[in-house]
Amino acid sequence: MPRDIERAQVRRLLEAGAQLVEVLPAEEYKEDHLPGAVNVPLRHIDVEGVGGLDKDRPVIVYCWDTA
Amino acid sequence: MSPRAAWRLETLGFKDVSDYVDGKLDWMAAGLPTEGTNADRPRAADVARKDAVTCRLDERLGDVSERAAAGGWTAVVVVNDEGIVLGLLRKKELAGDPEQRVERAMRPGPSTFRPYVTIAEMAAFMVEHALDSSPITTSDGRLVGILLKEDAVRVAHELHHGHGHADKAS
Repeated sequence: MPRDIERAQVRRLLEAGAQLVEVLPAEEYKEDHLPGAVNVPLRHIDVEGVGGLDKDRPVIVYCWDTA
Repeated sequence: MSPRAAWRLETLGFKDVSDYVDGKLDWMAAGLPTEGTNADRPRAADVARKDAVTCRLDERLGDVSERAAAGGWTAVVVVNDEGIVLGLLRKKELAGDPEQRVERAMRPGPSTFRPYVTIAEMAAFMVEHALDSSPITTSDGRLVGILLKEDAVRVAHELHHGHGHADKAS
C-alpha cells in the first residue's frame, strides 16, 4: 500500500537512493521539477512507461499538490 | 493525481511506493531548488532583500523606527524567535507613538508571497496594488526576505528587455 510522506521524508528517502517521479504532463515537468526527478505522466504509467525505473528500489511520486 | 499514480505503480510490481502528497507546490514554497527551464528565472526569493530590518512584538516602536530609519527602510517585519512573520510596520505605523509596543502598532497578519513566484508576476502585482514592499515567506510562515517594488520592477524590466540574467539583490 502506498504511503503518504512529507517533505522531510522525501529528502531522507532521496539521500537513501529513492527514485523520484513527477507524474504531471511533460510541459509542466520541463518548466520546473524537483532535482533528479524523472517524468512519467500519469497517463503513461504502464509497463512501457515505467521501463526506466527499478521496481526493487523505493520510488516517490508527486504532482503539483494534493489535488 | 499522485495517489492514483502511486497505486498504479503498485499494480505494476513496485514494492515500495511513497506519495509526496503536498508535491511540487510545497517544495517550491519552501524555497528549495528546482530544475527545468524556469529554474534560472528570478523569483521573489532571489530578488528579496535578506537584510530586512525585523523586530519583536515587545519592542518599543521608537527604537524600531530609529533602526529602520538608520538603514533607510520604510517597512519592518515583525517576527517571533523562529522567524515566523506576525505583522508588518509600514511608514504609517512606524510614524506612530514611539512609546507604544510594536504589538499595538503593527498590522497583524500581513499578506505575504511565496518564494517561487516569478519576479514578473510580483512586479505586476505590486504596481497594480501600489505595494512598496512585501514580505516573502515559506509555506510555514518563515521570513525569507522583503521584496521592494523598486527591485521587482527593475529586475522584471531588465528581463523583459533581454538583459539576460538580471542582478539578484542580496
